[in-house]
Amino acid sequence: MAATEPRSAPTPVAPPRRRGRRSSVRGWRRTDQLIFALAWLAGLGLCLVAGAIVIFLAIEGLQYLDPKLLVTSPSPAVNQAHSGGFLDPLIGTMTMALLGTLIATPLAVLTAVWVVEYGRPRWLAAVVETSIEMIAGTPDIVIAIFGLAFFQIGILAPFSFRASGGGVYGRSFLAAGIMMSLLALPLTYTATRNGLRAIPRHMREASFALGKTRAATIRRVLMPSLRPDIATGATLGLGRIVGSTAIIVLLLGATLQNSPQNSVPLLGFLRGTGSTLTSYIFFNSPAGEGNAPQKAYAAAFVLLLIVLVLNWAVARISRIGAGSSLNSGRMAR
Amino acid sequence: MSAEKTHLQSPCTLAPQAKVRENGTMSINQLVFDPPALDPMTSAPLRAVSSLTGPERMRLHDISVFYDGAAAVKQASLSIHQGEVLALIGPSGCGKTTLLRTLNRLTELTPNASHSGTITLDGDDIHELEDTKLRTRVSMVFQQPNPFPMSIFDNVAFALREQSRRRPRRRELEPLVKQALQRAGLYEEVRNNLDRPALRLSGGQQQRLCIARAIANNPEILLMDEPCSALDPRSTAVIEDLILQLRSDLAIVIVTHNLQQARRVADRVAFMYLGDLVELGDAGQLFEAPREERTREYIAGAFG
Repeated sequence: MAATEPRSAPTPVAPPRRRGRRSSVRGWRRTDQLIFALAWLAGLGLCLVAGAIVIFLAIEGLQYLDPKLLVTSPSPAVNQAHSGGFLDPLIGTMTMALLGTLIATPLAVLTAVWVVEYGRPRWLAAVVETSIEMIAGTPDIVIAIFGLAFFQIGILAPFSFRASGGGVYGRSFLAAGIMMSLLALPLTYTATRNGLRAIPRHMREASFALGKTRAATIRRVLMPSLRPDIATGATLGLGRIVGSTAIIVLLLGATLQNSPQNSVPLLGFLRGTGSTLTSYIFFNSPAGEGNAPQKAYAAAFVLLLIVLVLNWAVARISRIGAGSSLNSGRMAR
Repeated sequence: MSAEKTHLQSPCTLAPQAKVRENGTMSINQLVFDPPALDPMTSAPLRAVSSLTGPERMRLHDISVFYDGAAAVKQASLSIHQGEVLALIGPSGCGKTTLLRTLNRLTELTPNASHSGTITLDGDDIHELEDTKLRTRVSMVFQQPNPFPMSIFDNVAFALREQSRRRPRRRELEPLVKQALQRAGLYEEVRNNLDRPALRLSGGQQQRLCIARAIANNPEILLMDEPCSALDPRSTAVIEDLILQLRSDLAIVIVTHNLQQARRVADRVAFMYLGDLVELGDAGQLFEAPREERTREYIAGAFG
């Protein structure tokens, strides 16, 4: 239509506007104004709290954070100049994170795939779902004490070590790692399950319609697009593992130094006891026996850095996934 | 391989077989199905109806499909021939998609679905065939373009790969993938980007990729469930052209809400209403002179 109208003289082009005139907040209802203000305040307040934690720990931590602390083992000395650094707890934290995630992720993914893609009989799927919700809601100290009782069963002695009297100690990296995996499992499970549920049904049917089996469909069609979901879940789980103290104190022994069970290279270490940054912070804080707040702050800062890096990794992974996953492809349409 | 087989079936060689079929009459829900008009040109003014209808590939006999005991399709009987496009039309919820999904047994994925009656593919009862085998012979294109989250090449290669342990080499698959993409009219656009993620393609290209994927195994029958409803008019036109080209190699059954589309692409049209196969006929006849009152009303836009 516009094409048939006679061309008018070219009008001067106005600079592009981002948006037109909008209604003013002043014209809103009182309650809406109030809630609007509260929403702003809540958001800003949270930023302040988060910022305060990071800044406080950065100031306190960096003040005492000597690179030497990262590479020296802690030693039992009253004089803080000789009590060493936190190499062992750092290794302990890494080991816990790795072990817990390695156990939790495959379990969580397999469970989620079974529940969403098979889920028969229905009642069993419902029981599985409820169980995982229950584990997710269990405090880690409860998981820890259950683990302690569990790993002290004689038959499970290979996981920790047997004391000279025959009693099973029930504390080791393995025992703690297995219980830690319970902390991560619900998070990875939920992320994977939600990822699976977000994949439209016709995507599976497209694969079936090409004569593919359910197994081939899961392996080749669903799994590739689940990768970002699994990664996000695993990283969230990692954050929980790194932060847990109760399981470390009860199941890892929270010893000053990592003490391998025997001289077998890796296995001895995994069967031995040790500590992580969380237990190190606890014992060095004014509340603990070590009473070396400077080192507690330094360790806390390192732990915070690890968590921040993990959070950043989650954001990164989700964004990378956004380009290639099925779910985002569907949203883009 | 089988592409050559299908190319051998030129219109001339198929014509005598088509005649044999046209001489017989079929009963569809007590309706007597007349043979198609002798001169299709006169009855289908919009375009030439395919006169290269080939041998019968699939036959449905008294097929009913139930969801929780309620019939979604009631005793439908029809036959599907190579070289033709059969369109299923009807208002929403009339059972046309259910009927389509019964042909490759996708309805079995719905736990509360059951069926009665028989469907044969080249004489074999499809419910006696292994589901995976059946679906390589009767493949399907969906309403939403749904390429898999992998490269363009892998999308087609995925369809070609057997369930066997051994993975064929890329070099072995390449000509087959190329051929499928060519038949789907996509190859020229993607020939330099075969390793790019398929999800980066436009909607129309994605749908053609899905068609390439579906025809890569040289199926006997291609089912299409409203393949253009998520596409713009240009992409729709491209796909419709493609359907007309593909029909010489295989039988196409297409579900569509779009009566214009059914007119443009179909050789025969089946009108369904509330689970009944009300009328089945040559496209020109059904649109120009429907025998049933309900068909007439639907085509005239009275309901649906």
